[in-house]
Amino acid sequence: MSQDINIKITDREGVTHKIVAPTDMAMNLMEVVRSYELAPEGTIGICGGMAMCASCQCYVHSDHELPEMSVDEDMMLAEAFYVEENSRLGCQIQMTPELDGLEVELAPES
Amino acid sequence: MIKTDILIIGAGPTGLFTVFEAGLLKLKCHLIDALPQPGGQCSEIYPKKPIYDIPGYPEVLAGDLVDNLMKQIEPFEPTFTLGERAETIEKLDDGSFIVTTNKGTKHHAPIVAIAGGLGSFEPRKPPIQNLANYEDKGVEYIIRDPEIYRNKKVVIAGGGDSALDWSIFLTDVASEVTLVHRRTEFRGALDSVEKVQELKNLGKINLITPAEITGIHGEDHVTGVEITKKGEDSFTLETDHFIPLFGLAPKLGPIGDWGLEIEKNAIKVDNTLDYQTNIPGIYAIGDVNTYPGKLKLILCGFHEATLMCQSAYQRIFPDKKYVMKYTTVSGIDGFDGTRKEAPKAVVKAIN
Repeated sequence: MSQDINIKITDREGVTHKIVAPTDMAMNLMEVVRSYELAPEGTIGICGGMAMCASCQCYVHSDHELPEMSVDEDMMLAEAFYVEENSRLGCQIQMTPELDGLEVELAPES
Repeated sequence: MIKTDILIIGAGPTGLFTVFEAGLLKLKCHLIDALPQPGGQCSEIYPKKPIYDIPGYPEVLAGDLVDNLMKQIEPFEPTFTLGERAETIEKLDDGSFIVTTNKGTKHHAPIVAIAGGLGSFEPRKPPIQNLANYEDKGVEYIIRDPEIYRNKKVVIAGGGDSALDWSIFLTDVASEVTLVHRRTEFRGALDSVEKVQELKNLGKINLITPAEITGIHGEDHVTGVEITKKGEDSFTLETDHFIPLFGLAPKLGPIGDWGLEIEKNAIKVDNTLDYQTNIPGIYAIGDVNTYPGKLKLILCGFHEATLMCQSAYQRIFPDKKYVMKYTTVSGIDGFDGTRKEAPKAVVKAIN
């Protein structure tokens, strides 16, 4: 039995949700947000998770060690809006046991 | 006025395949799309990416899938209104519809099939205060007529191919070209990146990086932009035009105001029968629709298009009898006079 992890996601209205995410379904953070419907369909994960639209941009507030940024993600963030130092694309963050306790906030829709 | 049997809104894979299924029923199709080329997301967002779940194709590039679909529907002579967004719909007394685009092109059809995906692709607008006040007063998100920039000062923002390519192009037109990007790195074709470097060295492109446009100046028209370099005080640069080129994002747009039942940014349809919306004669197929268990997959869009066309045929010809035929049996009779059919076996004695 694979481990579920507890994460906190703050939606675009500022409401924080405590979420249980599976680590055995090859899910990424964007998909977790969609599965819990924390952002309206059609406003997140538009490109489906190819790091090609930035609709899943989020700010990482906890100090977890995250997977290194790919060139695609880095260049997409270079053209996204409301980008901060702690911005990442949710679709590029796979749910793994190491991310237990992760705290993120969704960036505004753009 | 453009007249057709099925007016398809959205020329993505689902919309394109609808032309084929309609063609088998001898129904003509016309497609409207906000993008200048057919293919929808497959062409606009990920033409070079592989898709692995198209039945019968272990792997196919999104761009190739679109090319194949265009070839498959060619015999049925689809017509297109491209680069225009379907804006309004009007139901006539006889139950048919008139759809008008943002440029005023009118289309008349007894059946409307909305295959609009996530919506029409609109330019992404950077979050700059008062930006909207300057639209068409010096701020343009799409370059339609480069001549308006002749001998003018132009500031372009963005780091992708369109920002690079237009900066290069406008050096021969505008009196001054400034390219502003948040990074020093650009993502584009190698040729374009090298060309911009060359033009920068020649002093023909004023490159300001890493920086962002943080404000716009001007009364009735843009006269300058506020530029902020990372970690420095902002400064004003005089310009006649500001062109933010940050790519396109899909928005459901005006279709959301057509009186259709909307749920989760998608159009509710009857999935137990024919993917018709709450307005008889208007169908919604592919990623744009929703029903219990909906999956936004191209292969599901193909299935929905097929059933929808059968229903559309019944609606147009309520008294005609029809049974579905295998293409292997019936062959394909194109509207262009071409015919494809399975080779016939011959009966011949062998001595």
